[in-house]
Amino acid sequence: MAGGGRTVFDVFFRLLLPAGLLCLTGCDGPQSTLQPAGDAARVTAALWWGMFGVSVLVTAGVTLLWLYALRARSETPDAAQQRRAQRWLMMGGGVALPVIAIVVLLGFGIPAGHGMLPWPDDERPPLRIEVTGHQWWWQVHYPEAGVTAVNQLHLPVDRPVDLHVRSADVIHAFWVPRLGGKIDAIPGRTNVLRLRATETGTMRAQCAEFCGLRHAHMTMTVQVLPAPAFDQWLERQP
Amino acid sequence: MNGEYGRPALDPARGDAGRRHDEFNRVWGNPRGLRALTIVNHTTVGRNFMLAGGVFFLLGGLMAMLIRTQLALPGQDWLPPDIYNQLFTMHGTVMMFLFAVPVLEGLAMYLIPKMIGARDLVFPRLSAFGFWCYIFGGTILLASLALGIAPDTGWFMYTPLSGAEHTPGPNADFWLIGITFVEISAVSAGVELVVSIMRTRTRGMTLQTMPLFAWYILAMALMIVFGFPPLILGSILLELERAAGLPFFDVARGGDPVLWQHLFWLFGHPEVYIIFLPAAGIVSTLLPVFARRPIVGYRWVVLSVITTAFISFGLWVHHMFTIGIPQLAQAFFSMASMLVAIPTGVQIFSWLATLWTGRPVFHVPMLWITGFLVIFIAGGLTGVMLALVPFNWQVHDTHFVVAHMHYVLVGGMLFPLVAGLYYWLPHFTGRMPSRTLSRWGFWLTFGGFNLTFLVMHLTGLLGMPRRVYTYETGLGWDWPNLVSSVGSFVMAAGVAVVLLDLLIHGLYGRRAGINPWQADTLEWATATPPSPYNFMSLPPVSSRHPLWDDPSLPEAIAEGRYALAVANHGRRETWGSDPVSGRVREVVHLPGNAWWPFVSALVLAVMCIGLLSKQYLFAALAAGVSLVLLLRWSWENGAHPNAAPDARTAEGDPPLHSRTFDGPGLWGMVVTLLADGALYMALLFGWFYLWTVAPQWQLPADSRVDWPLWLLASALMVGGWWLFRRRVQRLRDGEDEGLERALWLIAAIGLVQCVTLVATWHGSVLAPRATSHDAVITVFLLYLLLHCALATVMTTLQALRVRSGYVGRLAPYEPAVVEYWWAYCALVCGVTFAAVVLWPLGWGGV
Ligand code: HEM
Ligand SMILES: [Cu+2]
Ligand SMILES: [Cu+2]
Repeated sequence: MAGGGRTVFDVFFRLLLPAGLLCLTGCDGPQSTLQPAGDAARVTAALWWGMFGVSVLVTAGVTLLWLYALRARSETPDAAQQRRAQRWLMMGGGVALPVIAIVVLLGFGIPAGHGMLPWPDDERPPLRIEVTGHQWWWQVHYPEAGVTAVNQLHLPVDRPVDLHVRSADVIHAFWVPRLGGKIDAIPGRTNVLRLRATETGTMRAQCAEFCGLRHAHMTMTVQVLPAPAFDQWLERQP
Repeated sequence: MNGEYGRPALDPARGDAGRRHDEFNRVWGNPRGLRALTIVNHTTVGRNFMLAGGVFFLLGGLMAMLIRTQLALPGQDWLPPDIYNQLFTMHGTVMMFLFAVPVLEGLAMYLIPKMIGARDLVFPRLSAFGFWCYIFGGTILLASLALGIAPDTGWFMYTPLSGAEHTPGPNADFWLIGITFVEISAVSAGVELVVSIMRTRTRGMTLQTMPLFAWYILAMALMIVFGFPPLILGSILLELERAAGLPFFDVARGGDPVLWQHLFWLFGHPEVYIIFLPAAGIVSTLLPVFARRPIVGYRWVVLSVITTAFISFGLWVHHMFTIGIPQLAQAFFSMASMLVAIPTGVQIFSWLATLWTGRPVFHVPMLWITGFLVIFIAGGLTGVMLALVPFNWQVHDTHFVVAHMHYVLVGGMLFPLVAGLYYWLPHFTGRMPSRTLSRWGFWLTFGGFNLTFLVMHLTGLLGMPRRVYTYETGLGWDWPNLVSSVGSFVMAAGVAVVLLDLLIHGLYGRRAGINPWQADTLEWATATPPSPYNFMSLPPVSSRHPLWDDPSLPEAIAEGRYALAVANHGRRETWGSDPVSGRVREVVHLPGNAWWPFVSALVLAVMCIGLLSKQYLFAALAAGVSLVLLLRWSWENGAHPNAAPDARTAEGDPPLHSRTFDGPGLWGMVVTLLADGALYMALLFGWFYLWTVAPQWQLPADSRVDWPLWLLASALMVGGWWLFRRRVQRLRDGEDEGLERALWLIAAIGLVQCVTLVATWHGSVLAPRATSHDAVITVFLLYLLLHCALATVMTTLQALRVRSGYVGRLAPYEPAVVEYWWAYCALVCGVTFAAVVLWPLGWGGV
């Protein structure tokens, strides 16, 4: 882990949630969304830990209420008590709980999603890379440098990258879990995915949309390099 | 112990009751041997649906075990990828189309008439026909797996992978044709359940006193009616593209593979609620019985069921968040998806409040309902997570989704289903379930399930995509996969114990008495197991809990103290009632056992085999034969000697439905037309979608539709309908002079109309293989032609029936039904003309 801008968000969820602690080692892997090495993946991982914590609480809470309600008993609550219990449960649990949960979730989620989109940025124009899915390999093209590679993606660290994703045959999906979400490669369309790696190192990409016989082998090595090393690598290519 | 399970059972074969039972059995009884293939009774057909669904579940489970065995360790490839791909595709397909939907439909078919106090479903022959379509379609699909040429592109069959270029073999055809065949059964059951619930409730059962289960099934059935047609259309289009080369999803010729995704998920999302709602209906039925109080918030629950049904048609795009759609649309569908949490929350908390304020007793079904609750809440919560777009981008198409999907499908459907099977076991077999073995079954299943699928969330978060036949070691996926595989075998053991338990106790369990669980709904007022006629007499109902109000109701019913207690007229009868108030309006007479359903389904199966082996002439021949058989079947209706030649009813009873203008057939026609309309709307959607969104949409330079002829065809249709309408009006006034002649004239107009449509096609310059534009127009024309041809045939048949004396002033009902068809044809002719001829003018001219 080469440092990189960790948000308060992330630290909070990683340290405060016991499950997060449990996972500090078990969640790592070259393709793990829980070991983020880029902006989008980091935000998503934080969202996940938050949602996970709330979900555990809700599931446990409802289950306990249910088990409590199931206990054998002979007395019946009187009519007023019944009405009160009903009102609280139906309005509180049935309506208020989901509404609050949704509002909070969207409050976090919409800005998070917004931040991942490929907005134009004049100050730091993103690097453009064209990725084309084939049955069953990836073609990676750097138009400015005129370089083409197969099943290898090299990226500069800390610089936004716009991946223009296309397909030459069937639908595939381009996905580098440690950097961010996936986008489909659909014949006839070009989809743009904005990524920004914040840690250098080697990681793995894998096609996520089922594309036929060798779908399981449609993987790619991703190398995030410091800017100078990246430029050198580009120059070394034929 | 005896007292706990109700009073001693009724023995319908004894004494005075025995005489009446014999009389009813002569009319309603089920034949044995080969003639059992003719049975149309809902109890038998519903039970057979469930049994067949159970078999398909075991087969689908076997495929899951193979999948899990392969994935247990990294780097395994003893299942080569082509076989693995067939297995996961077939596992999903079998579970969704051959297990979940049919089993729940079977349960509904079995229970609904009994719960609403009717003797059978309204269209018994249709139930049997649906069953045979299901069996034959399912067999064709599984045969493909046995032959190693099964569908292998995933249960949602994305194009272009499933297109002819990338899947040249017959694999995808098996899916498209087999599933469409099976869907006939789903849609016909949907139509039938809607009409039965709306029109055959017993005297006094208003919509508000209807059991909650009936509300859930009504919602499910309507969702089937609107939800399945888009997929049927999609399958037809894809099969046309594969077999005849008409492009709809091919970008180069102006199509769009994303159109397939829209059509599929327009069906696919409602589908998961079609599966969940009846299961929730089981929970809402059982829980009050075991909490010993009425459900809390009946109206709230009804409202949330209806809301869920509506919302679920507006969510389909959440399966497509990664295809690169505009941000605004994503936000909209994200929010809409989360909104479903509200009606679901209302139901869950209504169950909780029912328990909270009741005096619960604990029996095996409650164990399964508790298991359902825990699993389903967790699955619902991961569902809300998936609706959050940025999170969806990460975990879409990974094992996280596989885990989520099984939490809602297994937790939300299988667990309530098993609860229901235990609960209704005494009803099916007359015997009680056990207490010990059933606990083992539950805990093994519950434990195994969570072991399998809880860690699978992590597998997905660690980056493992779904639908991979193998994976490398060193990615952190080894141990979670091993845990999942071990868990799945524990779960399989649990399912085996449950089956064993159900089998042993269904055969040898203690005898169940009357109403063993002290339930409130009418299905427990029948004998256990029930006689084919359900009730010797049909009781009036004035509350939601007839058996709690009057526990001796079963005996009174069996003694024939209520309505329609005679069968010496030889007719199968039940009440036809007002859809809202439950006021009795007519006596519905139902057809008896017949060969037609079995034989027509068999011939349709032969047609499917013809299509699969690309023997199109042969297939067309089979289609013709099956049409003739279906028409011959419809001949035995109304005043036909095999139906109800004698229209006399008992003193004080209303008339027979075939002697009125508003029988269930009219409702059946309307609901069928709703399904047909949904299919048409999907086609219309496809047309406008391709116009506006397809990346390389092209207007052929020399395409020309022969619009004057088309206008003439539409005008003819409207004219025919207008004439038809006037004739039916006169029939209503009791006037049948010249009816036959008029019907002949209208049929002739229909024929001219068909010829005009063919001429339109001939006169237009279309190249349907070259562009999507022309391909869609061709499909429009075929659709219209098919409908107008059927209008002609049905009208001809009516004319013949007037001649035979089956239709006329005294039996005026059928022309009113056929008139609706004409109205629909006139409507779609007009709309299509506007969409194909007028819209392009507005758009900028062709
Ligand atoms: C009996 C226990 C079950 C086990 C162990 C199991 C296991 C699995 C596994 C491992 C997959 C993923 C295959 C892959 O992505 O390669 C899968 C897919 C699926 N399962 Fe199950 N399953 C079970 C029961 C069910 C049930 C009851 C249903 C539905 C009612 C169901 C519906 C599906 C569907 C729709 C898919 C997706 C298939 C596809 O990707 O095309 N499963 N199942
Ligand atoms: Cu792939
Ligand atoms: Cu959905």
